[in-house]
Parts: sequence; structure tokens; C-alpha cells
Amino acid sequence: MRAFQTLIGRDLRLAVRVGGEAMTLVLFFIMVAVIVPFAIGPDRPQLMRLAPGIVWIAAFLSMLLGLDRLFRSDDEDGSLLLLRHSVLPLEAVVAAKVIAHWLVTAVPLLLATPVLALLLSMSWAQWVGTVLALLAGTPALTSFGALGAAVTVGLRRGGLIAPVLILPLAIPVMIFGVGMLDPLAGSGALLFLVALSLLVTVFSPFAAALALRAAGE
Amino acid sequence: MSASPTFAQARLRVRGLTVRRGERLLFADLAFELAPGEVLLLRGSNGTGKSTLLLTLAGVVRAEGGSVEITGPDELPQMHLLNYQHGIKARLTAAENLGFWRRMYGETGVSVAEALQAVGIGGLAGLEAGYLSSGQVRRLSLARLLVSYRPLWLLDEPSAALDRDGEALLGRLIDAHREAGGMAVIATHHALPLANGGGITTLVLGDSP
Repeated sequence: MRAFQTLIGRDLRLAVRVGGEAMTLVLFFIMVAVIVPFAIGPDRPQLMRLAPGIVWIAAFLSMLLGLDRLFRSDDEDGSLLLLRHSVLPLEAVVAAKVIAHWLVTAVPLLLATPVLALLLSMSWAQWVGTVLALLAGTPALTSFGALGAAVTVGLRRGGLIAPVLILPLAIPVMIFGVGMLDPLAGSGALLFLVALSLLVTVFSPFAAALALRAAGE
Repeated sequence: MSASPTFAQARLRVRGLTVRRGERLLFADLAFELAPGEVLLLRGSNGTGKSTLLLTLAGVVRAEGGSVEITGPDELPQMHLLNYQHGIKARLTAAENLGFWRRMYGETGVSVAEALQAVGIGGLAGLEAGYLSSGQVRRLSLARLLVSYRPLWLLDEPSAALDRDGEALLGRLIDAHREAGGMAVIATHHALPLANGGGITTLVLGDSP
């Protein structure tokens, strides 16, 4: 357990020291929300109606853009190879990295949502709902992302391949995430979203570890 | 944690090992055995499979046939792998890098400060690893072998980038490891300054064209 925490701690510390990466994603996230009102015009009721969908698109894309970095730097400097002989099984290593990655990429987005709420003139209830939906849905996005990142870790210029690979898997997250904010949907969508997140978070470390083992050969 | 390591039961047994890379057969039906205190030196020209053999022993590359059996004092992973990739983060200090590996590998060895002293970079503990020279990075990497006791060392060209003092240091580290009952498989082109205590065998790979 100590090693597990150490790995998360190291990834967080590296993210803070290297900086930039998390900031880029947040800026991208805000940028999408900034340009949308210009694209569809300053029609407040319409903007308000579209706001949850826009926030989800922005979050979805910035999460997808960031996931390529999940294993790449550790693979390039040999850390990943050495981590295979640590006291943790590779599955636990992946799980720790997924948690750290979620903290570094998803939490800043959640913190940036008030800015988007202002730009898109969201109501208080809408904003709370969006934050809740992102909180429930982003773990699934990161976990699916771990699969994509593990499969493409051996490709030197894999950049956008991982997001394209996991896009079909990640679309349900988007559907339920936006569906949650539909007043007619009730609580079913949230439950689906949480179930999806829990399930994927549990299973993806095993699948990703398998892919990493294969990539090491 | 400072109890002296007991590697008495440690063994490395390799039987009938056959490894193929792509279409190329690197070696077939390789067999050897290491007991505590023994060292195997791997020789052979470039591309004869020295590094691949080390990766196979480490369980990273899957063998086509045969078995690698590493037994040790407990259930934890029993080997250290040292190759050209050091797993060192440029933005963490030398001590942070080493402390990370110490905790990830089980805190069974000497402390971080002691290990850095032992490899001669004790004064650089607080420096970000990105500022270290390649020889110092290699020394930092060697320190990783000391912060957790593992009976089997798999070293791939361990003397690369090391100066003369560094080579002597490497020899001393390996000798101390042998004395404690450790084993090592070392792929190298250089003559390592090892004490002549016996138990050193050489395996030449790729003698058939």
C-alpha cells in the first residue's frame, strides 16, 4: 500500500514540477466554451439549453487529448520496465497511475467549470448537475484512456491514435453524462454513469497491464 | 531493516531456453545455473542476444521454450535490472528518484543517503537529476541496487559512461554483492575489476554464425 501511495505521489509531484500539461488542458477546456457563444450567437436561452452538452464536449476532448501521456514518459525513460519488478503487481501500478492521472487532468477541469458556467450563462442547478456528471463520468474516461494509452505505448508517434481507439468506448459516458442533465431523465442516467465508471475503473487496470506486458516484448 | 541479507537459498536455474526475436533465432537450448555468490559474464558481439537474454531472465521477453526459475528468500520479485534506461526523472532530485525506487522495490536495503554516499554522489542528493552527467546518472542507477536487497542482479553494460573510479566502484559493489551471497548476470564488453574469488563463469553467445 505504501508503494501504491508513493507512485501516486510521485506522479502528482512530477505534474506539479513539470507544470504546463494540466494547464494546457484546462485552457483548451475553457477555450471551447469561449468560442461557442461566438459561433452560435449571443442568444442566452439557447446557450443555456446547450451549455451542458458544450461542457461535456469540452471536457471529453481535453481528457482525450491528455491521455496519451499516461504511460509514455514512463515508457521512454525505462521507469515502466523497472516498475514491472516492483513490489506492486503491474495491475496495481496501472491503477495508481490512472488515479494520479485523473487527479491531474480531471480535477483541474472540475475546478474550471465555474468559468464555463459564467461564459455559457448556466443556471445554478445546471452547474451543480454538470459538476456531478463530470465527477461521475471522468473516472470512466480516464480508465478507458488507460486502455488506449497502454495499447499505443509502443508507438513512438501514437499521439492521436489512442483517443480514436477509445472513442467508441467513451461515447456512452458522454450519452449518460449529458442525459443526466435532461430534466426528464430522472436519476437513471446518473446511476448508469456511476456504474459505468466503477466497472471500467475496476477492469481497465487488468486489460491495460496485459497490453503493457505485450508491448514490452 | 539493516539486518544482513540472507541469500543462501537463492538460485537461478535456466533450462533449455530458446528465444526468438522476430524470425531470428537468438539462442536455443541454453542452460545454466547460478548459486549464491556466483557471477555469469555474458559475452558476444553486438546483436547476439545478450540484452535479450537479460530481459528474458527478467521475465519481460517471453521465451519460445525452456524455463527460467528464480528462487529466493521470499515471494517478492528477486531481481534488479540495470540497463541503458535508468527510470530517472529529470525533474526530481537525486534523493527523490532514489527514494521512489526504494519504496517501490521494498525498503530492504540501505538508506537513500547511505546508498548515494556509497556510489560517490552523496553531495548531489538535492540536485535535480536533469543536471547530472551521464556518469552520475549511471551511479545513481547503481545506487538503486543498494536500496533494496535482491539476490539476482541483471546488469547490461553496467560500466557504460563510468569513469575509471566508477569502474572500480562497480567492481567493489558486485564483489560485496557476491560476498553477501548474491548472484549476477552481467553482459559486458569490458573487463570488470572483480576480485578473483572463483564462481565467475563466462558464456559466449552467438558463436555459431
